[in-house]
Amino acid sequence: MATILEAKHLKKYFKTPKGMLHAVDDVSFSIEAGKTLGVVGESGCGKSTLGRVLIHLLERTDGQIFFEGKDISDLKKSELKEIRKDMQMIFQDPFASLNPRQSVSEIIAEPLQIYHRVSSKQDLEKQVLELMDTVGLARRLANSYPHELDGGRRQRIGVARALALNPKFIVCDEPVSALDVSIQAQILNLMQDLQEERNLTYLFITHNLSVVKHISDEILVMYLGKMVEFASDKDIFMHRLHPYTKALLAAVPLPVYGMQKKKRQLLSGELSSPINPKPGCRFATRCPYAKEICSQKEPELEEIMPRHFVACHFAREINGL
Amino acid sequence: MPEPILEVKNLTIEYTSGKSIVQAVNNLSFTLEKGEALGLVGETGAGKTTTALSIMQLITSPPGRIKSGEIIFEGRDLTKLPQSELRKLRGEKISMIFQDPMTALNPVITVGDQISEVIRLHEKTTKLEAAAKAKEMLEMVGIPGERYSEYPHQFSGGMKQRVIIAIALARSPSLLIADEPTTALDVTIQAQVLEMIDRIIRELKTTLILITHDLGVVADICDKAAIMYAGEIVEYGTLDHIYNHTLHPYSIGLFNSIPNFDEDVHRLKPIKGLMPDPTNLPKGCSFSLRCPDCCETCRQRKFELTEAAPGHFVRCIKYAQV
Repeated sequence: MATILEAKHLKKYFKTPKGMLHAVDDVSFSIEAGKTLGVVGESGCGKSTLGRVLIHLLERTDGQIFFEGKDISDLKKSELKEIRKDMQMIFQDPFASLNPRQSVSEIIAEPLQIYHRVSSKQDLEKQVLELMDTVGLARRLANSYPHELDGGRRQRIGVARALALNPKFIVCDEPVSALDVSIQAQILNLMQDLQEERNLTYLFITHNLSVVKHISDEILVMYLGKMVEFASDKDIFMHRLHPYTKALLAAVPLPVYGMQKKKRQLLSGELSSPINPKPGCRFATRCPYAKEICSQKEPELEEIMPRHFVACHFAREINGL
Repeated sequence: MPEPILEVKNLTIEYTSGKSIVQAVNNLSFTLEKGEALGLVGETGAGKTTTALSIMQLITSPPGRIKSGEIIFEGRDLTKLPQSELRKLRGEKISMIFQDPMTALNPVITVGDQISEVIRLHEKTTKLEAAAKAKEMLEMVGIPGERYSEYPHQFSGGMKQRVIIAIALARSPSLLIADEPTTALDVTIQAQVLEMIDRIIRELKTTLILITHDLGVVADICDKAAIMYAGEIVEYGTLDHIYNHTLHPYSIGLFNSIPNFDEDVHRLKPIKGLMPDPTNLPKGCSFSLRCPDCCETCRQRKFELTEAAPGHFVRCIKYAQV
């Protein structure tokens, strides 16, 4: 399988009055074409920043990004425009990411016009309507405005717009979190169908663990800007190796009743600040297994099982490996 | 037979918007016994929050209006009480936790003063005594009492939600309504807050109505659940009924829409279509437009909640007594 996107030691720091905010700190991974990489973590862990840095909506502080083998870390404006048609984004909030003064067809047509993908007005209309069919939007809605539509339909517009240029790679930033579960399932199915038809690659950012398990081939868990665990979806759910991943999965309330409920492992405390982080493991303050070394030395990402990486000093010990 | 603390009977609530009328809650009835925890589950627009606000008598009117029905709390019909009486009940007997911890607190009053405000409203006490009680409440929700004089912006989301819970429980109300109390929180923080609510309501023997769209949260802390759709309860029963013997096609669809943690499925089975327009509800069963088992009779007439098994009620033709 060909690697389509690779990040090497990617960093993004923000300058704040209190100091440097380490939003993404030394993250490396690769995605194979046609696969989905799920990025999970709680608010403030840097998952959205990561997605935005990858497609140059934010400029990285350090590190390298490769797309189809080519280094795209530094791009001129013209080069960026060239690469953008292959990398698109679906945003979280279907209410805020659509221009309220453009009709549905105008929103979907815009990328086609910018990239001169149309020969005539008729051609444009034809392509827009085809895209609307693809994402399951009724053609009669072409002249409606976003405020007339519900969240699910709006998110379909966002998907159609992202698909307009036939991209290879799409960053999906919490595309279903603003939707009700019955609508969420519709959009997830649509995205999976499109992926199969068009061999799309997704970077799927979410805080919802059951969604990420359902849609991803590989999963990256982030905590305060750091990668703490990376593995295939089955692996990570079967053998959660990092203490944070364990706690995260244990905290999810499951919609089942009657099974012997596990005593929930509660994490004490809350996220510490990502501004000028202290040396050592960032999870150490909340970790039930933390020892002295954890607050002194930062753990390296280590391949503990085949293609299963964990950043924890005691990953082997606490898992009996 | 334990006595009911709250009885909602045939409650119908409408909102007027322009020329159209939104039917937010239609002929809703349920009974809560003392100490019970009921989960009210449904999607956006199902009428969950409107139901909660009507129990608090906080429906803004206009545009909202309780068209008919009774809300009987400890023997009194709340819809008929004068404002002065209601003001004595709110915070004292019935409390509400609102969804968004970021906006529910006053940013220019210290958290401690916001808690002692409730105490001083309902009890003749000195400022100092109220402050001492407020500190106790802070400790109960796991915040050190020394943080009494800090402002909401100095707290994280999870801690703000704890402060709101402390305010709601300061007078040990007999009924607590929690409207999506953990939706805005991260899962690890959600788990902490849920466990805290669970512990406190069992300690204080508070009756709870938990409003949520998350069936997982209900499974965690409730005894009973009611599934709402388009302003109606479509299924009601114990957790065992709802989770293990699901009957209503909408509830089944809801469960199928949630990606399962323990098994792998290739595709989810979502419910087709969208919620009906609340200004123009279908004549028959409100779910008929999306129901996979819909028949002609469903489109023509509505059905009452029928007891399919003892304590398990469902509103569907399949279980209706002809």
